[in-house]
Amino acid sequence: MSKIRIATTSLAGCFGCHMSFLDMDERLVGLLEYVEFDRSPLTDIKHCQPCDIGLVEGGLCNAENVHVLREFRQQCKILIAVGACAINGGVPAMRNHYTVQECLEEAYLNGVGVDNPMIPSDPELPLLLSKVHPLHEVVRVDYYLPGCPPSGDAFFTILSDLLAGKEPSLPKAMLHYD
Amino acid sequence: MSNTLFIDGQEIPFAPGQTIMDASLEAGIYIPHLCHKPGLTPHGSCKLCTVEVDGRSVSACTLPAAAGMKVDNNTPALQEVRKTLVQMLFVEGNHLCPTCSKTGDCTLQALGYHFGMLDGHFPPFYPRREVDASHPDLVLDRDRCVLCELCVRASREQDGKNVFAISGRGASAHIIVNTSSGKLGDSDLTLDDAAAHICPVGAILPKNHGCEVPFGRRTFDLHSVAESDVAHVGLQKTEHHDE
Ligand code: SF4
Ligand code: SF4
Ligand code: FES
Repeated sequence: MSKIRIATTSLAGCFGCHMSFLDMDERLVGLLEYVEFDRSPLTDIKHCQPCDIGLVEGGLCNAENVHVLREFRQQCKILIAVGACAINGGVPAMRNHYTVQECLEEAYLNGVGVDNPMIPSDPELPLLLSKVHPLHEVVRVDYYLPGCPPSGDAFFTILSDLLAGKEPSLPKAMLHYD
Repeated sequence: MSNTLFIDGQEIPFAPGQTIMDASLEAGIYIPHLCHKPGLTPHGSCKLCTVEVDGRSVSACTLPAAAGMKVDNNTPALQEVRKTLVQMLFVEGNHLCPTCSKTGDCTLQALGYHFGMLDGHFPPFYPRREVDASHPDLVLDRDRCVLCELCVRASREQDGKNVFAISGRGASAHIIVNTSSGKLGDSDLTLDDAAAHICPVGAILPKNHGCEVPFGRRTFDLHSVAESDVAHVGLQKTEHHDE
């Protein structure tokens, strides 16, 4: 039997959800009997090939995020928005109170401890969006896994349910937005 | 006819003058509510207590109970509509729970859990609203205000003061402080006032005590807002009844 292919990525997130994914601990070993990883920080594959499941951590703060998200949506049969940032912008969306210019000035010119103040302008840097946005504003999302981050148990539940061909669900006591 | 009404078929008593909400609270039946607190004049603004009486949608917190009244409360359709109201409250403000020290103790969030809300569904507004940190003991963060007027009523009816009011209409409605500077620090609000603690969300918060109870050990981490939640929440993005 061919394995289920999973791709994961972190957009405007902190990799906390990925760390929590690893909190499945030894259950990951069992999982690897049934799944293999495509594009993911765990494999360092740069472009997503056709996959069964895509796990996307983080919201959209720049043009590259939008590009990667579209690639994931195109390649993954099932797309899961993982964590608070993917679902409503989360901590990065705190910058939505300010203009991009104000953010850049605070980070690169006027911030505490800034050496050699200068706003980066390398053309290779992806352009910032004027606001941080959740995934569902740009693509269709199949499942949500709330939490900041979702627990290792929550990851294990949604993946085991999907592998068993069941509609995934969480006990209400496991649902949290923080 | 005796003074009883029926909530989802269950017969419960009421005293003359009681609302549907008063009677159900006394009988231990949960009707979701956010802008209602027993002891304060009902406000009827959040509409989370929407129930159906003879096929008409009414607010349980404001409608007086009547003998023989048949109230539909815990129906799948009403739960769906209430969930949508919570989603609208989330996207209208800036509800980034991981950044909010009310998280775990917040009634709005607990209602989201209760209805199995996964996302805000609607595009978020990300409004720009003002924070007032001028008070030595309290902070007013308008980002999270849901305009329930609990603070307005508690200040007037329980504290005998008049610290808060709502100003503006529709999307520009916002909470204001009744001082000439408009600053909380110039008001007579004190930490032991009812109005300082009544906010159901993280809009009025005590300073310096935000992290005394760790995340995961707070009220609604350990209890449901209805204390009757054992159901599972499906994680699928299903079609929204709004579409
Ligand atoms: S007020 Fe409640 S719902 Fe809003 S961010 Fe704070 S915890 Fe979340
Ligand atoms: S500050 Fe809190 S209590 Fe006052 S109206 Fe806003 S949400 Fe309600
Ligand atoms: S609780 Fe009745 S309208 Fe808010």
